[in-house]
Amino acid sequence: MKYSALNLVRNALTGNRNWTPAWRSPEPAREYDVVIVGGGGHGLATAYYLAKEHGIRRVAVLEKGWIGGGNTGRNTTIVRSNYLWTEASLLYEKSMQLWEGLSQDLNYNVMFSQRGVYNLGHTLQDMRDIERRVSANRLNGIDAEVVTAAQLKTAIPYLDTSPDARYPILGASLQRRAGVARHDAVAWGFARAADSLGVDIIEQCEVTAIRTEQGGVSAVETTRGTIRAGKVGVVVAGNASVLASMAGLRLPVESHPLQAFVSEPLKPVLDTVVMSNAVHGYVSQSDKGELVIGAGIDAYLGYGQRGSFPTIEHTMEAIITLFPIFSRVRMLRLWGGIVDVCPDACPIISKTPVAGLYFNCGWGTGGFKATPGSGWTFAHTIAQDRPHELNAPFDLERFTTGALIDEHGAAAVAH
Amino acid sequence: MLLIKCPWCGERAETEFSYGGEAGITRPRDPDALSDAEWADYLFNRTNPRGAHEELWNHAHGCRRWFGAERDTVSYVIARTYKLGS
Repeated sequence: MKYSALNLVRNALTGNRNWTPAWRSPEPAREYDVVIVGGGGHGLATAYYLAKEHGIRRVAVLEKGWIGGGNTGRNTTIVRSNYLWTEASLLYEKSMQLWEGLSQDLNYNVMFSQRGVYNLGHTLQDMRDIERRVSANRLNGIDAEVVTAAQLKTAIPYLDTSPDARYPILGASLQRRAGVARHDAVAWGFARAADSLGVDIIEQCEVTAIRTEQGGVSAVETTRGTIRAGKVGVVVAGNASVLASMAGLRLPVESHPLQAFVSEPLKPVLDTVVMSNAVHGYVSQSDKGELVIGAGIDAYLGYGQRGSFPTIEHTMEAIITLFPIFSRVRMLRLWGGIVDVCPDACPIISKTPVAGLYFNCGWGTGGFKATPGSGWTFAHTIAQDRPHELNAPFDLERFTTGALIDEHGAAAVAH
Repeated sequence: MLLIKCPWCGERAETEFSYGGEAGITRPRDPDALSDAEWADYLFNRTNPRGAHEELWNHAHGCRRWFGAERDTVSYVIARTYKLGS
């Protein structure tokens, strides 16, 4: 059912009894052309673009939990494309361009709000890095500007811009087209749009083994039986290494918990997104009025979907340093997602040594913003059996050739 | 908050420690003899298991010595810590 004002009125007049579920819950078929393992935003986007751009509609998305229950619903919803290196910025910019038309494309309001993202600089070196990154962004056709502390004081009144702050704020970079989107809506919107093109979304279906025949992938074993597949695309974030080991592969990623926090709802106090590398925290305000807060990963490897107390303390210290006014705000919820971090802080969207098996992983702490672009390039890689030029630099081979894309620190913050 | 037992100092809060990653990775004796893929495997690839994990920790704000630990990466329970080489 298409969502429109007309349908809204029609259903209101008929007592809202005729709405249909946003997607079906089919039994898995015995065989698909492509099986996508992982029903997060990236996996659903991959299935959607496989059907839409490449006409491959015998596609299943296998999700071990439920749609929107993993990292897609466990992040701080920030979208930006102001990365330093050309390879990374073009990939994230592709995503940004897809975000800009996504609600219309999916016929689902993902509440994409281009409210701007500020990346603060606290030292002279920070400011030099910011000027370099802003220049690099502009050369790649991405909007970016450097703003002064005085401009920040006007734009974000409650930000502590006093010169005697513990970490004085000297300026910032600003990407005006950046912003936030509603993370749950992104998962639901992609799921609904993919489903309407014939993709089977199969929840509560965990992959337990990957079968190969003559060096190529042939099927996946799941908790709901064997499913034969011509091609298998794995996009499972923190569990990438677990799936890789099923196919006898080793990956250059390590899984860590990354926490996010939501405060009690407040009246409007912050109409943009503020990130700081030096004190290491980022904050925005949701449409419901909650502060949405995040910071860095827990240092040690973990799959537990919960973070450590020292990291909570560190995050709150960072936010209160930036916004002393928030010191008495109470936190409502916190949660941890498991992110797979690459040595060069860039993703892997790649073929593998196993024919017909593709991996999309290593997004670390910055995957949400890339959801549409990740799916778009991964769908191309699977459908054509070769990467698109946008994701060719993000091949698994780069760790052997040494052509790393070092976004650690080069990017605006810990993503 | 994890309580980590340093083999020399006893149980201390996790904030005293820094994490050293997967244990048991030995630097190849003759790097020149390795192919690029083997060198990449040594340098970048990690086991990253879901479950029992042998790892290195450093008592950074204590005795500053390295030690080994076996920790479950899902429950975070530390089964044992030990002096390296023991």
